[in-house]
Amino acid sequence: MVTAMTPASDRTDITVLSDQEASMTSPSDSVGGTRTPRVAYRTAPSLDSPVFEVGSLSVFYGDHEAVRDVNLNIGERQITAMIGPSGCGKSTVLRCFNRMNDLVPTARVAGKVRYHNEDLYGREVDPIEVRRRVGMVFQKPNPFPKSIYDNIAYGPRVGGFKGNLDDLVEETLTHAALWDEVKDKLKTSALALSGGQQQRLCIARTIAVKPEVILMDEPCSALDPIATAKIEDLMEHLAEEFTIIVVTHNMQQAARVSHRTAFFTADVDDKGVRHGRLVEYDETERIFSNPSDQRTEDYISGRFG
Amino acid sequence: MSNVMDRDVSVADEPGAPRLKGKGTPLRERFFQLSLWTSLAVGVVFLASLLVYVVVEAWPRLDSRIWTNFPDIIDPSNAGAQSAIMGTLWIIAFTAVYCLPTGILAAIYLEEYADPNRWWNRVIEINIQNLAAVPSIVYGILGLGIISRGLGFGQTVMSASLTLSLLVLPTVIIASREAIRAVPQSIRQASLALGATQWQTIWRQVLPAAVPGMATGSILALSRAIGEAAPLLLLGGLTFITFNPTGVESPFTALPIQIFGWISQSRAEFTALASAAIVVLLVILLAMNSVAIWLRNRYSRKW
Amino acid sequence: MSSPSVERKAASGGPGFLKRSQPRYGEKAIKVLLLAASLVSVLTTVGIVIALIPPAGEFFGKVSFGEFITGTNWAPLFKPPHFGVLPLVGGTLMVTLVALLVSVPLGLGAAIYLSEYAHPRVRTIFKPILEVLAGIPTVVYGFFALKAITPLLQDIWPAGEGPQVFNALAAGFVMGVMIIPTIASLAEDSMNAVPRALRDGAFALGSSRMQVSTRVVFPAALSGIVAAVVLGISRALGETMIVAVAAGGRPNLSFNPLEGMQTMTAFIAAAGIGDLPTGSTGYQTIFAVGALLFVMTLVMNLVSIRLVRKYREVYE
Repeated sequence: MVTAMTPASDRTDITVLSDQEASMTSPSDSVGGTRTPRVAYRTAPSLDSPVFEVGSLSVFYGDHEAVRDVNLNIGERQITAMIGPSGCGKSTVLRCFNRMNDLVPTARVAGKVRYHNEDLYGREVDPIEVRRRVGMVFQKPNPFPKSIYDNIAYGPRVGGFKGNLDDLVEETLTHAALWDEVKDKLKTSALALSGGQQQRLCIARTIAVKPEVILMDEPCSALDPIATAKIEDLMEHLAEEFTIIVVTHNMQQAARVSHRTAFFTADVDDKGVRHGRLVEYDETERIFSNPSDQRTEDYISGRFG
Repeated sequence: MSNVMDRDVSVADEPGAPRLKGKGTPLRERFFQLSLWTSLAVGVVFLASLLVYVVVEAWPRLDSRIWTNFPDIIDPSNAGAQSAIMGTLWIIAFTAVYCLPTGILAAIYLEEYADPNRWWNRVIEINIQNLAAVPSIVYGILGLGIISRGLGFGQTVMSASLTLSLLVLPTVIIASREAIRAVPQSIRQASLALGATQWQTIWRQVLPAAVPGMATGSILALSRAIGEAAPLLLLGGLTFITFNPTGVESPFTALPIQIFGWISQSRAEFTALASAAIVVLLVILLAMNSVAIWLRNRYSRKW
Repeated sequence: MSSPSVERKAASGGPGFLKRSQPRYGEKAIKVLLLAASLVSVLTTVGIVIALIPPAGEFFGKVSFGEFITGTNWAPLFKPPHFGVLPLVGGTLMVTLVALLVSVPLGLGAAIYLSEYAHPRVRTIFKPILEVLAGIPTVVYGFFALKAITPLLQDIWPAGEGPQVFNALAAGFVMGVMIIPTIASLAEDSMNAVPRALRDGAFALGSSRMQVSTRVVFPAALSGIVAAVVLGISRALGETMIVAVAAGGRPNLSFNPLEGMQTMTAFIAAAGIGDLPTGSTGYQTIFAVGALLFVMTLVMNLVSIRLVRKYREVYE
């Protein structure tokens, strides 16, 4: 794994990397090598004008406090990774940013989530307006059972788009580096694409709405290494224009693509109930090379989780 | 990422390995299995003999008279079921008009909007489950007391189709809900995450995906209504009407009712006539069921 | 690569930029419409109750409830009339009993076979057959009972007189076959809901398939199975056409299934055909008997719904 690490700054030989990765089957893959600081980490831009400010955020499902007291700011046009063991609440936190938690009838959010200084959970706030600005890509590719074209056009259509849809679809697919692969089959079903292509279509579908932020909930966990590399490539490219928050189980992915990393874990209280917590949030380089919390160190070195 | 775990670990039979030879299936096991199999076989044999019996009985009367002539209780050789066939088609068309929109809209509400923790939604839920099992003759009483006499619709196509639409409404709702539930949650999430409203999500994603299932369920529900005789008995369907309905205000008769009327006659010719009408009824049902099954197979989607 | 021409949605447009950009009255109106549609089903129940209570009330103004529920002579149109409902209830219960003796073992046997034994291909053949069986109009079942089953029983009857032309036995038998799909499909559902792991555990201990079916799956699915049987009872109580055709139209309080007897449903149908004038006592009997039938099936249905809910809660 270590030898396969390509400096993130030089991604031209990405397919070579993937081929090597694909050929490696050692189960230690998922934890090995992360401590070796051969990765050229990406320098994190400043957090001076954050897109999101989160303060004392708690999320409840019914009576269960699934996430407790999270504080972090998300920077503009950079990739923020959220890592941590299963059940640590990172996906739950992610879903607060576009109010997808509203869809769980028992979910309740307490604390501060501000988006450009606007309280995201304010009384007047319309979740639909929020979601047009803060898009989301899911764990399993979930294209609509419609044509590729209709998948891209769906968001603009429901948002009342008045311009030329054909142009928008081409522009979006080009933007998502998918145009050359699908331009001859725009009218065929999106379900005929490969898993990786489907996921890139889902990303393209999201940017067709022209959001400011893209949330990604383990976008590569259902994909093979080659497809994963393509998505990571795309993420880097999109980060020039979009703010991206990505939840991932794959620590190399966090190390490779993100500017900042938030490490979550779950505390078990005296009643045996698990509460997700943010342990450490810092520039990715620091998290992976010199974490300040022992739990972070244990996790990224594979001693835990 | 790791494929190691997926490797085939089956071990080939090696010579000298202990052989796990059974002692043969015990008699008790075989008897048990045989009796289970018989349970199914009874239904199959019954169905087959019923169909054969009806066709054999109907054979002498299975000609064009059954749909060109009108009911006649004096001269069975001159009798047909045209007004009953037309009555059934009229009734079923209006039943569909009344119950399909209502049932589908109710199903959308219950699946997509209703919070199951609210007591009124639970009441609606239990109410529908109960209505699905209320005897059809009780719907006949509803039709007689409220629709026909209370609201004054009389013994008309209108009364009959309103009554039958209430009768099959729970079935339509339950089938449509199943079709809606089969649409994966991920599709709804994807749509909402793109900034679609709830209704946009339902109208543009959920319903198109659920339509084949709803159509299948609706056709099956309507075919239940076609075979239903009991409620119509209370609505004056058992009259020997010798003209076709011309509108919802027309008096009516229907195939199952006419069949019942002919069965009640003791002369053997009427038995043949009843059988012939049953064949017509079964053919209509078979046609509807085939469409339903075709829809199900043609559009069934593995998510 | 990022195209500057792409005009991004204003990230922030002053305070309140996340407010709804246009009011969505349509969404609200639709929700109200949908709720209204689901209230139709509630209105149906209300309608049934409203249809039943006033005429049944008037009926009980003339006939004491005690006489109705304990009387053994049902002759509402005779002079003098008698309003003892027991013969109708007895007929109903007799036919139901015969139907259950047929449908419970056969329905559950079919369910166990389909759930525990049948190869998937076998299931795809037999399940549609059961659906067809459930889809045959009941008047056709009645016809078959009267014209085929009763003569057959009379021919093969070993001793004594055998069944009468109208009898509870043939009607009950045919009704039992009609109910097999109802019981089989609900029971199979509940057996399918039993987790695979439970079966695997038993198989791993060396159980045979029969032992797994009868000692593991059957008890685990019991509430669903009871629900299936109860629903079957409800259907048998309420079935009209089979008994109207094949069980006869004479109220007869008897324990001999070979005799003809009228059920509650068959009486309602017969009285309904008569087109009795509104307000007459004869007309009101329809509603009195109907109310009794509705209450009996309601109890069965609620028990069944509750039991189904129970097994769903346990395993889903």
